[in-house]
Amino acid sequence: MAVLNVNGKAMDHNAAPDTPLLWVLREQLGLTGTKYGCGIAQCGSCTVLIDGAPMRSCHVPVKGVAATAKITTIEGLAANGKLTKIQEAWVASDVPQCGYCQSGMIMAATALLAAKPNPTDADIDAAMTNICRCGTYQQVREAIHAAAKA
Amino acid sequence: MTIQTSLGRRGFLASTTAVAGGFSLGFHVPFLDDGAANAQAGVRELNAWVVIHPDDKVVVRIARSEMGQGTLTGLCQLVAEELECDWNKVTWEYPTPGQNVARNRVWRNFSTGGSRGIRESNQYVREGGAIAREMLIAAAATKLNVPAGELTAANSVITHKGSGKSVRFGEVAAAAAALEPPKEVKLKDPKDWKIAGKPIKRLDTVEKVTGQQIYGMDHTMPGMLVATVRACPVIGGKLKSFDAAKIEKMPGVKKVVAIDGNAVVVVADTYWNAHTALAALPTEWDVGELGKVQQDQIKATLKAGLDAPEAFVGNKAGDAKAAIDGAAKKVTATYSFPYQHHVTMEPMNATARYTADKCEVWCGTQNGEAALAAASEASGLPVAKCEVYKLMLGGGFGRRGRSDYVRQAVLVAKEMPGTPIKLIWSREEDMTHCQYHPITMAKLTAGLDKDGNLVGLHVRISGQSILASLLPQNLVNGMDPATFQGLMQTGVEAAYGYDVPNLLIDHAMRNPHITAGFWRGVNVNQNAVYMECFMDELAEAAGQDPLAYRLKYLKPKWAAVLKAACDKAGYGKPLPAGHFHGISQVMGYGSYVAGVAEVSVADNGQVKIHKITAATNPGHVVNPAQIDRQVAGSFVYGLSAMLYGEITVKDGAIEQTNFDTYNMLRMDEMPKVETVLVPTHDFWGGVGEPTIAVAAPAVLNAIAKARGKRVRDLPLMHHELKKGA
Repeated sequence: MAVLNVNGKAMDHNAAPDTPLLWVLREQLGLTGTKYGCGIAQCGSCTVLIDGAPMRSCHVPVKGVAATAKITTIEGLAANGKLTKIQEAWVASDVPQCGYCQSGMIMAATALLAAKPNPTDADIDAAMTNICRCGTYQQVREAIHAAAKA
Repeated sequence: MTIQTSLGRRGFLASTTAVAGGFSLGFHVPFLDDGAANAQAGVRELNAWVVIHPDDKVVVRIARSEMGQGTLTGLCQLVAEELECDWNKVTWEYPTPGQNVARNRVWRNFSTGGSRGIRESNQYVREGGAIAREMLIAAAATKLNVPAGELTAANSVITHKGSGKSVRFGEVAAAAAALEPPKEVKLKDPKDWKIAGKPIKRLDTVEKVTGQQIYGMDHTMPGMLVATVRACPVIGGKLKSFDAAKIEKMPGVKKVVAIDGNAVVVVADTYWNAHTALAALPTEWDVGELGKVQQDQIKATLKAGLDAPEAFVGNKAGDAKAAIDGAAKKVTATYSFPYQHHVTMEPMNATARYTADKCEVWCGTQNGEAALAAASEASGLPVAKCEVYKLMLGGGFGRRGRSDYVRQAVLVAKEMPGTPIKLIWSREEDMTHCQYHPITMAKLTAGLDKDGNLVGLHVRISGQSILASLLPQNLVNGMDPATFQGLMQTGVEAAYGYDVPNLLIDHAMRNPHITAGFWRGVNVNQNAVYMECFMDELAEAAGQDPLAYRLKYLKPKWAAVLKAACDKAGYGKPLPAGHFHGISQVMGYGSYVAGVAEVSVADNGQVKIHKITAATNPGHVVNPAQIDRQVAGSFVYGLSAMLYGEITVKDGAIEQTNFDTYNMLRMDEMPKVETVLVPTHDFWGGVGEPTIAVAAPAVLNAIAKARGKRVRDLPLMHHELKKGA
C-alpha cells in the first residue's frame, strides 16, 4: 500500500510502482476527471498539478511521486462548491464543447495564471499546448484573459 | 439495420445524467413515465419530449447525441420556446434506444451526424413543446374555470388576464398529462422567439469544468473488469495465433480472449494491467496479400483513375469536353487529399454486460439505435432483450457513428456472462483501426474564352467511396452519390453553386482496402479544396479578381454569403504588409458558407493564419453563440487536416499511431475567427460541419497569392514555402 496526497487528502492505493499516475487517479482513487487521451504526454488531457507544476500524469510513474507531493486534480479546484475564478471564466465564456480535454486545459491554465497573473497571448501560446479537437482555443484564450482580470 | 418492434412497453431503465440529478452513472432510475416513485411524486410526462415536475422543473428528452456540437442546448431551446417555460427550470435527459423501439420510435431518429441534429428534428420537437403547452393550458382552464382561449402561458405560469388568476405548470402538469393531446398546433413565427435564436449558455458546462461529467471512459459498475484490445494491424487481416499462457500470470489478468477472428483482448482488473499484459502478449497475424499494400500503390491507383475512360457521372450540363476542346485557353490542375483520422480526444470504449437473457451497453455513440442493433447482433439476443445507455461523448466527428467498438465490448462480455466489461481502446489501437476520411484526387480541366470566361469545366475525381466501404447497399447502380457532396447540381443538402454552361463532374471509384468513413464535413472538405482553389486558378488565368470572377457564376444564395464574408473581412481593402486574403465558399449540410482567410508567409516559409472571417446562412439561427463556437471549432478541424493531416499505409497497415505521428493545430496556430451570420429565415441548415470546408481553400488561396506558388497536394507540411524555394 502506498500513499498519495491528492487534493489535500492522503489516499491509499495498491497500484504497481510503474503504473502511471493517471491510471492510479482514475482506477484506484476514482478521480475520473483527469482524462486519458494519448498516453505519451502529447495531448495534455491528463494534466494535473504536482506541487503546483503542470504535469502530464500519463507519463508520471506513481513510484516517482512522493507521498508528500501535493497533487491537485480538476476535482480539487472548486472548494465547497465554489468554482475557482478560472472555472468561472470557463463557464462565463461557455468554453467546453465535448469537454473531454477541458480538465487538462483548466489545470494548465491554473498553473499558467499562478506563474503569470497577467499572461500575454504569447504566454498563453507557450503554456497552453494541450490539444482540443473540438477547437475551443479561441474561447480558452478569452477565458484565460478574463480570469486574469477577475 | 434490423430493429424488431415486438417489444412490450415497460421496464426499461434509463441512465440518469449528471445534469438531471448529479447522479453518477451506473445509478439508474426507472424511466420517468413508468416509475411508480415518480408518478407518486407527481412527475408527469406530457409527451415524449416534455416531462414536468410539481416544482415546475422541465425535463426535455433529447434523442440526438451531444458530442460538443451544442445540439442538446439548441433542441432544449426549441422545445422551451414553444412550451413557454422558464428557461432556468430546464434540464434534459436521454431516452434510451430500447425505449425508442418499445415506443414505436416516438423520438424518431437517434442518429447524430451530417449536422442534422437540429435541422432535421426542429419541427417535431417544437411541436412536442407546443402540444405540451396546449395541454397545460387546457388543464389550467379547467382548474381556473375559465375558457382556455383566455389563458396565456409564459415563464412556466398560465395566466388569465381578465381575472388575474394564474397557475404554475407544475400545479396542472398531472391533470394535463391525462388529457388527449391536440391534433394540430401552430408553431411560433421565429421572429417572435424569446429563447430560441438567442445566445443562451450551454446546459452542460459546469460538469465539464469540474471533472464531474461522466464519459464512456469514466463509466464504472460494481464488479466491473476492464479490457483492452489489439486487432490485426492490417485492416482485413486475421488473428493467426497468440500465446495466452505467457501473460495469464501477470498482475490483474483475468482472461485472454480472441474475438471475431481478427482481434485479441486481455481482460484484467484495471486498464493499466490489461494494457501492460496485452503489450507482452505474443501474437501472430495472417495478413495475406493485404500485407503488401503500400501508400505509393494506392496513390498510383488513384492517379490512373484521373484519366480512366469510365467514371460515374455526378453532375452534367451541356458538353464540357467539346467546350474545353474549342476554348481559347485551357487550364488544368491536379489536386490530392489524403486519408484523415477523426482523433476524438476520448478513444473508443464501451461497457457491456451480458447474461443469457439481457445484454446492456453503456457508451458514447452518435447512433444509439445502431449501437443497439450491434449489441443484438453481437450478443445473439433479440433487440427486445438488449439496451444501450448513452453517455457523453468525448468527441464524435463521425467516428462514433460506427458501432465496431460496441460489438467488441459485447463479444468480450459474452465470454464472461454477468460480469460488466469496460473495453478501452488505446490511442494506438484507435489511430490504426478507424474508418478513415477517404483518399481522393481530382483533375480539373477548364476552357476559357478569349475574355477569360469559363465556357467548360471537367472535374474528374478519382478515389475512395465511403458508401462502398460502409454502406454498399446505398450505392446507386454502383455510384456513390456522396462522393459528389457540394458538387451536385441540385438538392437542399450540398448543391454546387456555380452556373457553368458546359460541365462534367465524374468519379472514377478506386477503393483501397482501408475502411473509409464519415469524417466531420465528409466529402465537402476535399471537394471544396479542389473546386475553390481551382476557381482562383481560373481567375488568375483570366487576369481577374477571385471574388469578381466567382460572382459571375455563383447563384444568388451562394453569392450573398460570399459577399457577406468579404464585406466583413474588408476584402479588397489594404492589408498589413505581407498579408493576403484568400476566399472560398461552399454549400453543405443545408447551409451556405464562405470564408476569407488573412495569411502571411514569412521568408523562412512559416505560414501564419492571422484571421478567418466566416459567413454562414443557416436559414434559421437557434443559438448564435453556439454557431460562433462551431465555426471556430470547425476551422481547427479543417486547418489541422490542411496543415498536418495525413494517414498513410505501409505493408497494409496504418503508419500513424499517436499524436506524435499525427499532428494537429494547437493554441499557438489558432487564427482569430470572426463569424458573420446572414440568415435568410427560409430553410433549416446545419452548422457543425459546413464551414470546415472553406478554411483550407481560403488559406491555400491566400498562400498562393503570398508566395506565387500553389499547393495542390495536402497536407501543407510537405511543402517548402521558403522565399525563392
